[in-house]
Amino acid sequence: METVIPNELVWLIFLLPLLSFAVISLILRPFFSNKPRLSGYISISAIFGSFILSIWALTSILSAPSHELAIPDFNWLVIDSAITIHLGLIMDSLTAVMLIVVTLVSLMIQMYSQGYMQGDPSYHRYYAYMSLFTASMLGLVMVDNLLIMFVFWELVGLCSYLLIGFWFHRPAAANAAKKAFIVTRIGDFGFLAAILLLLSKTGTLDIAQLHSLAIAGTLAGTVLTLAAIGIFLGAVGKSAQFPLHVWLPDAMEGPTPVSALIHAATMVAAGVFLVARMFPLFEHSEVALLTVAIIGGLTAIFAATMGLVMTDIKRVLAYSTISQLGYMMLGLGVGGIAIGIFHLFNHAFFKALLFLGAGSVSHATGTFDMRQMGGLRKVMPWTYATFLIASLSIAGIWPLAGFWSKDEILLSSINNQPILFYLAMVTVFMTAFYMFRVVFLTFGGQYRGDNSGSHSARPHESPSVMIMPMVVLAVLAVGSGWLNVTGGFSQFLGGGETRGFFEGLFHGFTHTLPGLPIPLAWISLILAGLGILLAYAIYSARWLSAERITRLFAPLHMLFSRKYWFDELYEHIIARIVLLKGLFAGLKFFDSRGIDGAVNGIARTTVATGRVIRKAQTGQLQLYGMFIILGVVAIILAMYLSG
Amino acid sequence: MSLGLEHYLVLSAALFSIGLYGALTKRSAVVILMSIELMLNATNIALVAFSRYIVPVLLTGQVFTIFSIVVAAAEATVGLAIIMAIYRSRETIDTTKIDLMKW
Repeated sequence: METVIPNELVWLIFLLPLLSFAVISLILRPFFSNKPRLSGYISISAIFGSFILSIWALTSILSAPSHELAIPDFNWLVIDSAITIHLGLIMDSLTAVMLIVVTLVSLMIQMYSQGYMQGDPSYHRYYAYMSLFTASMLGLVMVDNLLIMFVFWELVGLCSYLLIGFWFHRPAAANAAKKAFIVTRIGDFGFLAAILLLLSKTGTLDIAQLHSLAIAGTLAGTVLTLAAIGIFLGAVGKSAQFPLHVWLPDAMEGPTPVSALIHAATMVAAGVFLVARMFPLFEHSEVALLTVAIIGGLTAIFAATMGLVMTDIKRVLAYSTISQLGYMMLGLGVGGIAIGIFHLFNHAFFKALLFLGAGSVSHATGTFDMRQMGGLRKVMPWTYATFLIASLSIAGIWPLAGFWSKDEILLSSINNQPILFYLAMVTVFMTAFYMFRVVFLTFGGQYRGDNSGSHSARPHESPSVMIMPMVVLAVLAVGSGWLNVTGGFSQFLGGGETRGFFEGLFHGFTHTLPGLPIPLAWISLILAGLGILLAYAIYSARWLSAERITRLFAPLHMLFSRKYWFDELYEHIIARIVLLKGLFAGLKFFDSRGIDGAVNGIARTTVATGRVIRKAQTGQLQLYGMFIILGVVAIILAMYLSG
Repeated sequence: MSLGLEHYLVLSAALFSIGLYGALTKRSAVVILMSIELMLNATNIALVAFSRYIVPVLLTGQVFTIFSIVVAAAEATVGLAIIMAIYRSRETIDTTKIDLMKW
């Protein structure tokens, strides 16, 4: 792979899954419905091809002088020579990283799905959607134009709608799908508004041109801030940041591998990616950057508190995702592209692994309720081992992947936003606690499920087609953080210092920061360790009773387990009262009285006028003749008088 | 005093006006038909007079008048037939009462 990847093959990276989608939905689904495995093989081969090509693209970009490949674009839409929309690809370091994440995680998840979705009557449909989902996300990270990006952005939203509602015969799934789509649409509105604003103010939507305009200062002030905030609003919706986070926990209604894909590589990563892609715009607007950091920091702790009390394993993971996305936003806001994307990169692997582990557990026990689990470490050793690795990684235990990116975020926040730093530190503790609460409840102790003779009553290890991808992801969950031990990852994304390998390995433990008594890495490790210890004390050793603690903090427990009443706020107050009774009732009044009134009024006036005027139509021909003659006489007189 | 074109035209105009008056005011369909015949004949007089005084060598106007009389005869036949038919069904030929098409 010494040669640079040819341009045609770059296009193929996202065209391959798209082709697979077309083949599955147009050929396999109608004509080969009796051979369901085929669609899985096609989809997996396509994504595998994309993965290989992505690696090739990455190596080409690594060896390119400015870490960028120039791909010739073509005009997609020319409006009156004033506005030209190009369809082209950006192949820079950010794209390369995202391509690897998306294709690798998607490949693993699709392999796993072969086991998880086995026997599902809609197997073809599942793989068709998965291919389209991956293709949309790949397109999103590759295109060089905001308008085209918006198209892919919406495609990602559509696919998540289709996949969350995959089991649409279940009302909960159908509702969750709608909720996800509508809530993210609210954010998309901001994105669209920002696109229109940028187009009207700069006349271009080319991302590279917008970057240079922002850097040159041509695009500045309120316009830049508004555009950046609008873009961020889109990211808030997609990445489930406060206050648009409500869709993500409900999205657990989809098949578990879909949750893994949504949470790790595609849907929610899109928001973080968007902010990173448009980062020069944020960088030149202090307000926008601060907004990103604050929303990110708040979301991180806010979601973590809800994760503490959930009893559904997938919901804990969902809140953990929201919290980790908050970290990414915080990282972007205080540190820059490299730090935010580095956490996205590491998070993708361990979070995908956690979801696949949860899927494996539910495959064995038939439930997602952790109160029905327990003792699974003996029967599911592989799932247990990989899940434990991922949990340690997300908790930020040295030297696993999560440690490296989380520490960098903490490091940059202490320098820029001390308050957010302390919030993030608390979140570190909570993260470790809720993850190990899951571990102890699920794998520790004795099995609590009912032992009646059903299939699910006897938990068993999942088939190897599901275990293999988990093992691969576990290796990545351990090792992906090491890419930045020497600062290489940050350098690649344009920023950061380089160190020697061993120096980097212990850097966090040896450098004391002003304002902190001991090095940062020790603090975060101690906090994470305390979190794990507390979880052990409550859920494994039972030194403390969970019930008594719950009673002690009853109001807080209520607040967290009812999710701060956000669903109620949105559904009952905003949707039912403000929108339905207020705005919509007003609009209905305007429509029925104003618009309809005008139209009906014109009609009624016409009828009434006709009723009066038709009296003149006597039906007496002689009278008409009389008027004709009078008219003729009048014309003759007029002509005569006027000469 | 010799007769000129004007005399014939005045006669023609007078006859036409009488016919028009009759056609527009009378209620009986037969009288209306007669009035229309009167108007036709008024124009015939005008046609012959113009022909005689303006282009005496040509007989265009006279020939045209012959056609006009033929058409008038045919029209009278059709008109009277219609009046007969109306009378049979409505038992009247008062035009103000023949208003089937009126709203």
